[in-house]
Amino acid sequence: MTFHAIDAWWWPFLFILVAGWLATDAWRFLGVYLGDRIGEDSDLLVLVRALATALVAAVIGNLIVFPSGELADTSFALRLASAAMGFLAYLWLGRKVLVGIVVAEVVLLAGMAFNF
Amino acid sequence: MPAEEILPASTSASRRRWYLRGARMAFSVPGLILASAFIGFAGLAKEAGLTLAQTVFMVGMVWALPAKVVLIGAILSGASLPAAAFAVALSSIRLAPMVVALVPEMRGPKTRRWVLYFLSHFVAVTSWVLAMERLRGVPRDMRTSYYAGLGSTLVLANMVVVAVVYVLADSMPPAVSAALFMLTPMYFLTSLWGSARERAGHVAMVLGIVLGPLLHVVVPGFDLLGAGLVGGGIAFAFHKLSRRRASA
Repeated sequence: MTFHAIDAWWWPFLFILVAGWLATDAWRFLGVYLGDRIGEDSDLLVLVRALATALVAAVIGNLIVFPSGELADTSFALRLASAAMGFLAYLWLGRKVLVGIVVAEVVLLAGMAFNF
Repeated sequence: MPAEEILPASTSASRRRWYLRGARMAFSVPGLILASAFIGFAGLAKEAGLTLAQTVFMVGMVWALPAKVVLIGAILSGASLPAAAFAVALSSIRLAPMVVALVPEMRGPKTRRWVLYFLSHFVAVTSWVLAMERLRGVPRDMRTSYYAGLGSTLVLANMVVVAVVYVLADSMPPAVSAALFMLTPMYFLTSLWGSARERAGHVAMVLGIVLGPLLHVVVPGFDLLGAGLVGGGIAFAFHKLSRRRASA
């Protein structure tokens, strides 16, 4: 039952529908249903947010440590330096997402140019 | 509330005007940052072996970028359908509280339920942040129109972005391609940090970033769920302890 398990044109789309659409819109619909019945700082929501945040953070970590595509040809040290400096720039220069991204990319491209 | 009293007689004309104003917000700075992250996603999906149609379909149906990246990760690691659905569902729980917070902002006295269910599909980090920021300046009766314009334009524009990048990806120089793969993690790293409501969110992030790659080596296939459960659990314990200390 993997993405490539069934050799039919519709199977990947069904896979995306169930594992992608249903798994996300179910939460959105639940959100509409609950409306304002839950307090924004109830402990249950804090736990739910913490689990979700750690999971997405794990995805970020994997994308940097085990990258795909051309990024896989760069060194781990360079990717770590790029992400760290981008994040520090984000923290120190007014918490602008754009600043963090630009600094990380500049460090990455400069490192690749000098073959780090 | 003066904004609600000066509604013009022709409601459908003003609905269209507010729809278009929402659509224009899709081309703001946060919208452009999101588009750049989708450029990275197109490369990721192509690398994972998805076809152009499957990739664009995924953008329209799933929409939330973290969920899609988790889904691609599950496909890459050969996860079964239930395992992939579970990982995506766990990564998307945050959508429920986000919608819970947005609904009271968006709902007018005459808003129909199905409209809210339909519009909730457009909820993801960027449109949510923009909506929470801008809806207050929109007349209450026009808020659903405004959000419909914002949400639908963001989704459609990024479906186009992903299709174009997918087609062009092979002809890109390696340095540009590598830079694109760095966009997604950096976008998440910064926007997720900024959207954390409480200190526990930052604790969960630091733990997750370290635990993800660590568990990827130790227990491949269980890395995302494991990091989510362990990192999130510890962060929640931290939250309870610090609150108890504060009240003691």
